Amino acid sequence: MSDQRYAVEMRSISKSFPGVKALDDVSLQVRPGSVHALMGENGAGKSTLMKCLFGIYKPDSGSILIDGSVHAFPGAKQALEAGISMIHQELHPVRFRSVMENIWLGRYPSSGFGPFKIVNSGKMLRDTKELFAGLAIDIDPRVWVEQLSVSKIQSMEIARAVSYNASVIIMDEPTSSLTGHEVEHLFKIIRKLRDEGRAIIYISHKMEEILDIADEVTIMRDGRRVGTYPAKELTTDLIINRMVGRDLTNRFPPRENVPGEVVLSIEKLTSANPRSFRDVSFELRKGEILGLSGLVGAQRTELVESIFGLRLVKSGKIRLRGKEVAIRNSIQAKRHGIALLTEERRTTGIFPVLSVYDNTLIANISRYVNRFGLLDMRRGAADVKRNIDLLRVKTPNQATAMESLSGGNQQKVIVGRWLLTDPEILILDEPTRGIDVGAKYEIYSIIADLAKRGKSIIMISSEMPELLGMSDRIMVMCEGRATGILDGAGATQERIMELSTQFMS
Amino acid sequence: MKNTAATANMGRDNLAKLREFASKNAIVLVLLGLIVMIGIVRSSFLNPENLVNILRISSVRAVIALGVGGILITRGTDLSAGRTVGLAAVIAASLAQRPDYASKLFKDLPLLPLALPVLAALGVGLLVGLLNGSIVAFLKVPPFIATLGMMVIIYGAVSLYVDRPPMGAQPLGGLREDFTNIGTGDTFTIPNLILIAGFVTVFIYVVLNKTTFGKNIYAIGGNPEAAVVSGVSVWKNTVLVYAIGGTLYGLAGALLSARTGGATNNYGQMYELDAIAACVIGGVSTSGGIGTVGGMITGVLIFEVLNNGLVVLGVSAYWQQIVKGIIIVAAVAIDIQKYVRKR
Repeated sequence: MSDQRYAVEMRSISKSFPGVKALDDVSLQVRPGSVHALMGENGAGKSTLMKCLFGIYKPDSGSILIDGSVHAFPGAKQALEAGISMIHQELHPVRFRSVMENIWLGRYPSSGFGPFKIVNSGKMLRDTKELFAGLAIDIDPRVWVEQLSVSKIQSMEIARAVSYNASVIIMDEPTSSLTGHEVEHLFKIIRKLRDEGRAIIYISHKMEEILDIADEVTIMRDGRRVGTYPAKELTTDLIINRMVGRDLTNRFPPRENVPGEVVLSIEKLTSANPRSFRDVSFELRKGEILGLSGLVGAQRTELVESIFGLRLVKSGKIRLRGKEVAIRNSIQAKRHGIALLTEERRTTGIFPVLSVYDNTLIANISRYVNRFGLLDMRRGAADVKRNIDLLRVKTPNQATAMESLSGGNQQKVIVGRWLLTDPEILILDEPTRGIDVGAKYEIYSIIADLAKRGKSIIMISSEMPELLGMSDRIMVMCEGRATGILDGAGATQERIMELSTQFMS
Repeated sequence: MKNTAATANMGRDNLAKLREFASKNAIVLVLLGLIVMIGIVRSSFLNPENLVNILRISSVRAVIALGVGGILITRGTDLSAGRTVGLAAVIAASLAQRPDYASKLFKDLPLLPLALPVLAALGVGLLVGLLNGSIVAFLKVPPFIATLGMMVIIYGAVSLYVDRPPMGAQPLGGLREDFTNIGTGDTFTIPNLILIAGFVTVFIYVVLNKTTFGKNIYAIGGNPEAAVVSGVSVWKNTVLVYAIGGTLYGLAGALLSARTGGATNNYGQMYELDAIAACVIGGVSTSGGIGTVGGMITGVLIFEVLNNGLVVLGVSAYWQQIVKGIIIVAAVAIDIQKYVRKR
């Protein structure tokens, strides 16, 4: 080994958020001219680590070296100037602006002095066209981002990251909504960038992708680094093993539920939004866990939110126990015994500053009104306590503010909230997203137990092992259409991927 | 059979196109509709003098609306706009009183260069804007609260400025003719006020659409996080957008005192609400990122046409208020249907 410089070296980075230690003494070394994969389950700290590198978060301790010299970026601007660019996983573009304005945001080609530099739109258009041509991306730079499909937006973000001409490019789940063909295309771009001597940090859950494109792989678990390995020495099993930290065999609890008669049947349901789902039909049985799979943009969330009455439906039928019902809002849905755990826990699930007590009872609060018209606090407290015990919520007490609980415990509180409404049908949208591995197992156990007690469950998940391990049947969606319903026992990742990309060019 | 189906299809296509055109240009159509309707009932409304008068009165309002509009695009708001107009009007008036006027605010004030009262008004507006922007950007006070406080402070300050014990706050009058001429005179037969408002409109149009600053504030309002990670300086642009707003209120204040030939400490009261309402009617989204100069100006004109039209129609002043309130809420309710429910 020589005194070879790393393109990026992160030394002993630690970072805490209230209630969570997101990163604990994590180090990372990335060589120039290589693709370095960062792997780990959701919540392992990959994105947090990259946000520290990119200057969005300030690490509590540790240091960052770029090309051998120490840097501390107070913000993204400085990181970009130091030659680091990033494709963000969850970042949404500025929707009501054009593609080219999104690409060059923060560095419009312009002339003049002071605040009122005149933007050179002609040059911006030419540059964008040239950039897209070099990457063989076919998007009109002048259309509003609002009009693009999810995969086009992702292509735009990739082009944007490349356009910074950075020496280090971070890609956080860049393929989450790309088709097989588009992924191949991206890999061509990545290899070209690598051969130019740039370092690529590549975050993905997809094993095949990693083994295909990466030179080295760093695996993280629960905010710590497990190790860094040459990709050649790894196999899918080895990666999973190190990511999960225990054998695959007991990742999921045993299930003893027995699906019974049909409870819910959906017939040719079509969204009022022409770009959302259409003609979706399926049945859900008593005591059944129905998995719902698909890529980002498959409209799974939109489908279940429509069933729950949060979105408008143009046509189609919803039958509950054979009787047709119209559900126009969440109150009616609740009355029909349907519960929905939303995907974005932080934005649409929890009330962060309210207590565990309030968060548990809120969907059901009118049931605790006594004959004086006031809330019967004691009865409420009893139910909250039962929930905390049943779901093993780790909280100091019922008055603790929701925001100081960990993600897994917040999720349990919300599951508990909906259990109190005594639903027949429980819709879970990404129930384990952002939850650590141990808590995941507990959530799975709760789901399995609910099904065993005769509740019907629809579970949306983007993690295939989770779907395969938990579902009686799996419905796959692609671009708003149901492309197939697979038997849980007979389903494979390959078959699901096939169905997930059926309508993609 | 086939033919009729095709015709029906074509008819439907045309209808769809018409509907799209109507929804895109809804506010312009509303404006034209109002003018036509009022004109049918009272043809005197359509007299050229009356229409020019509407434009003249709209001018000051437009300058204020263009200031608030930019701030609204960043997801901000400015409740101090009206009071800033009043402050600037009083300061400009106090520096533009005739040397021979008996009850001058400053007894020994000589005849100043004409530019000075105007520049003082612009300067004090700029100062208020910088303060507002800094409080929002650095102290992270929500814009509603920051500018609410500023609104109250400015009223106190302007009252102190014109306070002459024991008589208390006095109206300022006796303004120089060359100063009032800015507000009442014509250049090449076009009223000065309309020329100035037109110039400001073009300037703000260029700033919002052709400059890095303009594109940045749309980005900040549309998705602040995306702006931050793209290296856009949120604080610089925030301070600047409030500073531009403040400067425009300052200008509006000078124009207002020039047009009316005086100023009191109550000048500009509630103008911010009219300006915000005009912007919102013109399609500026209070949740940020959306809004056009054309929309803001159309919004202002709708308001003034309504004000003038209701008077011409002989509607009582009290009913005018009720009609205006309904129009504000109804316009936004219609406009916002584009975004709600159709998810």
